Amino acid sequence: MTETTEILDSASVQRALTRIAHEILEHNKGTENLVVIGIRTGGIYLAAQLQQKIAEIEGVQVPLGTIDITMYRDDLGSRNDLTMGQTDIRFPLGDRKVILVDDVLFTGRTIRAAMDALIDLGRPRNIQLAILIDRGHRELPIRPDFIGRNLPTARSEQIEVKFSEQHVPVGVYLIK
Amino acid sequence: MQFQHRHILGIKQFSAEELNFILETSASFKEINTRDIKKVPTLRGKTIINLFFEASTRTRTSFEIAGKRLSADTVNISGSSSSVVKGETLEDTARNIEAMHPNIIVMRHNASGAAAYLAERMGCSVINAGDGTHEHPSQALLDAFTIRQHKGKISGLKVAIVGDITHSRVVRSNIDCLNKLGAEVWISGPKTMLPPGIERLGCKVAANLTEALTEADVVMMLRIQHERQGKTLIPSLREYSRYFGLNDKNLKLAKPDAIVMHPGPMNRGVEISSVVADGPQNVILDQVENGVAVRMALLYLVSGGEKLAEN
Repeated sequence: MTETTEILDSASVQRALTRIAHEILEHNKGTENLVVIGIRTGGIYLAAQLQQKIAEIEGVQVPLGTIDITMYRDDLGSRNDLTMGQTDIRFPLGDRKVILVDDVLFTGRTIRAAMDALIDLGRPRNIQLAILIDRGHRELPIRPDFIGRNLPTARSEQIEVKFSEQHVPVGVYLIK
Repeated sequence: MQFQHRHILGIKQFSAEELNFILETSASFKEINTRDIKKVPTLRGKTIINLFFEASTRTRTSFEIAGKRLSADTVNISGSSSSVVKGETLEDTARNIEAMHPNIIVMRHNASGAAAYLAERMGCSVINAGDGTHEHPSQALLDAFTIRQHKGKISGLKVAIVGDITHSRVVRSNIDCLNKLGAEVWISGPKTMLPPGIERLGCKVAANLTEALTEADVVMMLRIQHERQGKTLIPSLREYSRYFGLNDKNLKLAKPDAIVMHPGPMNRGVEISSVVADGPQNVILDQVENGVAVRMALLYLVSGGEKLAEN
């Protein structure tokens, strides 16, 4: 039998994202050369939220892109789903400070794939990682720069970030 | 979606849903071909052998580039340089190649059914790059992809295919593919080049070129396949061109926004006039460009579908 526990409600998610937006601006001393790129699919919605919050704080709309990592995954042949999304980055990455956004950080393999994909598209000045939930169990030496909530989990547990139909995050749940 | 095919032998094996899935996947790969670095590591460590027993530049190059852009190792073997000329059978050639452990064999052969024959005997994936007058699935898929790119849909469109229907594998694959995706396919050509009972494949036979072209959304012209004809089936190329050639005058019968396609190579002045071949309605080079994306999708899908098909 599965047991679902609410970790963050809608307001908590918004507070966490506002804090991350402030941290990003503080760390980068403003929005110069800053771009936000979300990893499909949860990361895209969170990246859009961060872009909006940065605009509210700083009054500047930073470029927003989406990246699909399917072609960079290392488990082709053992996957059940071969569906592929599209990468949509309509600005040059050269010399940009990229804020890479995902909803949940787990083994780190998705982030590795996303970094490979980004570097194939250009040569950013740096890549910073913003994630909503860090659940641990890293298999690669990857550490996020901006974290919404640290949440140590068991491997058997799952984390689900729910979004509304308008792609606004409405809650984070732990499923045992 | 689960793609459970280890081989790609013809359009017949796919449902409409699977065809749409292949086209969606191709759209993702098309984006790579517009990047500065046109390479992704998806098939790193995989070996693809292009085994071409028939002359081909376009298809072979397209598959080779597709494989390379996915980081696979690609090897080309042509019929004239293979041991077939020394009397070896197809099966022996294939078994020797298989002993080198390729992951995918892309094969073109002049015998209909050769790809299926090979697939039954091989442990690796086989992709049919044209077998005799039977099927040419990757061409049909790139045609469907190009139509969708320009028209936004395939369902409900009138597609006229004109030329040497009997000897064209492109037609067979296209009729099947476009039918499954909801288009209305019309064919036209000299009576000597229309196989009896072709309408059973699900197309309409036009009495003449005018009927085929009228109100068409897509016009697909075919080359006369001299190399596959046992004897000459038309009195002269000039006469063929007069009755079945596409020119700027008869193209006006089609819808004003109709697109003109050709699987290549074109014979200018025979099935298509230079004015049309270079005109604003032609999408022939788009077909070539899209061919790489569609073939990348096919190589990716058979690589991922490999294990699923075994289970």
